[in-house]
Amino acid sequence: MSDWLCAIDHKRVGVLYMLAALLFFLAGGMEAMVMRAQLAAPGLKLVTPQIYDQVFTMHGTTMIFLVAMPVLTGFGVYLTPLMIGANEMALPRLGALSFWLQFFGGLLLYFSFATGAAPDAGWFSYAPLTEKPFSPSTGLDYWALALMMIAGGTIGSAINLIVTVATERAPGMTMRLIPLFTWMTLVTSLMIVFALPALAASLVMLLSDRLLHARFFDAAQGGAPLLWQHYFWIFGHPEVYILVLPAFGMISEIIPVFSRKPIFGYPAMAVSTVAIAFLSYGVWVHHMFAVALGRNFLAVFAAASMLIAVPTGIKIFSWVATMWGGAIRFTTAMLFAVAFLLEFTIGGLSGIAFAAVPVDWQMTDTYFVVAHIHFVLFGGTVFALLAAVHYWFPKMSGRMLDEKLGRWSFWLIVVGFNTAFFVQHFLGFLGMPRRVYTYPNLPWYGALNVISTFGAGILVFGILLFCANLAMSVYFGSAAGDDPWNGWTLEWATASPPPPQNFAEIPQVRSRRPLWDLKHPEAPDWIHEQVGGQA
Amino acid sequence: VIAAVVFLAVVVGVVYSIVRYRLRGSPATEPKQIFGSRKLEILWTIVPLFIMIGLFIVTVRAMVLIDAPQDSSRMPDLIITGHQWWWEARYPSGPYPTGIIATTELHIPSSRRLLARIESADVIHDFWAFELARKMDAVPGRPSYIWLEADTPGTYLGACSEFCGVQHAWMRFRVIAEPEADFEAWFSRQAQSPPEPSGIAAEGARLFRTKKCADCHAVAATDLSVKNGPSLAHLASREFLGGGISRNTPDAVALWLTNPQAAKPGNRMPDTPLDTGEVQALLVYLESLK
Repeated sequence: MSDWLCAIDHKRVGVLYMLAALLFFLAGGMEAMVMRAQLAAPGLKLVTPQIYDQVFTMHGTTMIFLVAMPVLTGFGVYLTPLMIGANEMALPRLGALSFWLQFFGGLLLYFSFATGAAPDAGWFSYAPLTEKPFSPSTGLDYWALALMMIAGGTIGSAINLIVTVATERAPGMTMRLIPLFTWMTLVTSLMIVFALPALAASLVMLLSDRLLHARFFDAAQGGAPLLWQHYFWIFGHPEVYILVLPAFGMISEIIPVFSRKPIFGYPAMAVSTVAIAFLSYGVWVHHMFAVALGRNFLAVFAAASMLIAVPTGIKIFSWVATMWGGAIRFTTAMLFAVAFLLEFTIGGLSGIAFAAVPVDWQMTDTYFVVAHIHFVLFGGTVFALLAAVHYWFPKMSGRMLDEKLGRWSFWLIVVGFNTAFFVQHFLGFLGMPRRVYTYPNLPWYGALNVISTFGAGILVFGILLFCANLAMSVYFGSAAGDDPWNGWTLEWATASPPPPQNFAEIPQVRSRRPLWDLKHPEAPDWIHEQVGGQA
Repeated sequence: VIAAVVFLAVVVGVVYSIVRYRLRGSPATEPKQIFGSRKLEILWTIVPLFIMIGLFIVTVRAMVLIDAPQDSSRMPDLIITGHQWWWEARYPSGPYPTGIIATTELHIPSSRRLLARIESADVIHDFWAFELARKMDAVPGRPSYIWLEADTPGTYLGACSEFCGVQHAWMRFRVIAEPEADFEAWFSRQAQSPPEPSGIAAEGARLFRTKKCADCHAVAATDLSVKNGPSLAHLASREFLGGGISRNTPDAVALWLTNPQAAKPGNRMPDTPLDTGEVQALLVYLESLK
C-alpha cells in the first residue's frame, strides 16, 4: 500500500491517475443516470430542481476535470518515458505532487455533497449567477477552491511532461522522430501551461467577489459580468483541445499498428496539431455568440473557428489513408479506434455548424450542443481512451484483456452511446434548451427523451462490462509477452509490465519506428528518411 | 448538406478500408509501407479550406440579414426584461397613447418587424422565441437589440436559453402574433384599469394591499413602476402560470397563495400566512382581473 501512496515512479503515478479517473468516471456516470432518469418523461419529479442543478454541475465538472484530464495525463505520464526511451520522468517528485493535488482537489469537490450544498451553477458557472446574492450556499466556494487545486496539479504535470520530452529522449531520437502520441502530449502540455492560468485567474476573481466583497462581476456596482465569460472561455476552448489532442495521439499510434502501415503523412499530423493549438486560442468567443458583441467582432471568431476544421480534417483523412491498403486486424482496440473515427467526425461536423454564427444564434444552449459535446468528448475522447486501454493494458499489467468480453462491451457501448446522444440533435432542433430539470409535454419531446434515457441504460451495461473485463483480466488474463501487437514504438521493446528501470540498455533510435527497423533489417525506415522523408 | 457529404465521404473511406483490407488468414507478409502523399495531403487541405471560405461568406451575409443594429438611437417597440424566473415586456408609450406591461404572454402585431430591447434585472438570461427571432443573451447592465417578426398570426413558444438558476426550466413564454386590428384591440383592453372590485372581491383587494402582495405585484398593466414580482394585471386571461409550470386554474392560483414553494420550487415569493377565508377572498379578487 505505502508502495503506491509514496510512489514517484512514472508508471505507478500514471496508474494512480487512471484509477482515480475511473473512480470519478463511475461517480460522474451515476450523476448522468440521475439526469436521464429525471428527463425520461415530461414533468417527472424524481429529484428536486435544486438537486438536479447540483447533479448536472457535478457531472460536467467531474467528467472534464476529474476524469478526462487526469486519465489523459495518466497515459501521458505512463507512456511518455517509455516511448522516448527514458527510464523516468525528468521531475518524478513533481509528478507525484501533481497527482495528489489533483486527487485531493477532486475529494474536496465531492466533500461539498456532504455539506449538503454541492455547486449548482453549471460547469462554466456564469457570473453573476455565481455571485453571493444569487448563490448563497458554499457550493461554489468548494467548486472554485477544488478547481484551483486541480489546475495547479495539472500545470505541474504538464511542465513535467514538457521537460521530459525536451531532455530525456533516447540517443538519436530527434523531435522529428518522436511518436505522434508524444508529439500530441507535448503540444497538449504546452496548451495547459498557457490556458489553465486564465482559469485560475478567473477563480481568484470569483472567490474575491464571493468572500471578500470584491465586485469584478457585479454589474450593479460597476463590474462586468461578461469578463467571467471571456476569461473562462480563453481557458475553456483550448481545454476542449487539451481533452482531444492526446486522444488524436492515441489513435495515431493504434490505427497504424493494426493496419500494418506507418501513419500517413507524419509531418502533416504534427504540423496540424500545432496549428490546432494556435488556432484554439483565437476562437473562444464562439461560446458567446448569443451575446451582442458586435457583428465584425463575431465574424473574426467565426472565421477562426471554421479554420480549425482544416487541420482537423487533415487528421481524419490521414487516418483513413493509413487504413487504406493496409492489412487490418480487428482487435477490440482497433474497433474502438474505428468507432472513434466515425463518431468524432459527426461531432466535428456538428461543431462547424456552431462556427456559422446564425446557426449558433438558434442552436446554442440547446440539446444540439449537448449532443455535440458528447460526440466530441465521448465519441472522441472516451472512445479513443477505450481503444488505448485495450491497446496498452497488456503492457501495463502483463496480461491480455478478454477479447470476447471486449467485443460485447464494444457493441453495447456503441449502440448505447448513439441511441442516447444522436436523438438529442433532434431535441435541439425542436427547441429544447439544455440544463432544464424538466420540460413541457410538447410534440416529440417525451418520445425522444425516453429513447435517449433507454440508450444511456445500454451504455451503462457496456461500461460495467468493460470494468468487469478490466478487473478479471488483471488476475486471470492470459500472459501478454513483451510485444503482443507486433508494435513499432519503444514501449514494446521492454518487458510487460516494464521493470522499475524501464530499459536495461537505452536503445539507439534512427527512425520513427525503431522496432520495425529491428524486425525488418532488410528494409528499415531510416532508409526512406535519409533519401528525403516520404516515399 | 455539406456536412452530410463530408461525413459520407469519411464513412465510405472507412467502410471500404474495413471491407477491402480486412486481414484474412495469417499475416504472412506486411503490406506495402506507404508514408504519405504530398498531392493527396495538399488536396485535402485546400478543398476544406475553400468549403470554409464559402461557408464564411454565407455566414456573414446571414448575420447582416438577421442581426438588428446594436447602437440604435430609435425607440424600441418592445423592452423585454428577464427576471428570475419570468419575462416582462414593456410597450413604451412612444408609439402608443400609454405604456403597458405584459408578463410571460406578450402580443405583437404580425407582419411587422419590431425592434426589441433585451435587458436583465438580475443574472444572465437568454430571450429565445425560436420561430420569430435569433436568441439573445440578456446581460445585466448591457441592453441589446433584436428584430422580432412573425410572418403569420399564431401562438409562438419561447424559452430562456441561458442557465439562470433553479427555475431556468420554467422561464417559458408565449408570443401571440395577431393582425394589426386585433393587436390594437388587445392593447386597448390591456390599457383599461381593472374593474372596481365588489363584494368578496373587494375584501380580496383589501387583503392584497394589507398582506403586502401589492409591494411586489402590480394589478394594472398601465402601472409602470419597477416591482420585484411579475405583474398580475389581467391574470385571469392568461393560459399558464409561473412561466409555464402549470395551467391557469383556480386551484393552481390557490396553491401560489398557500404554498408558493410547492407551486414553483425555489421561486422568490415569500410565504404569507393566510386562513382559508382570506385565500378564498384573494382568489375571487385575482380571478376578477380579466
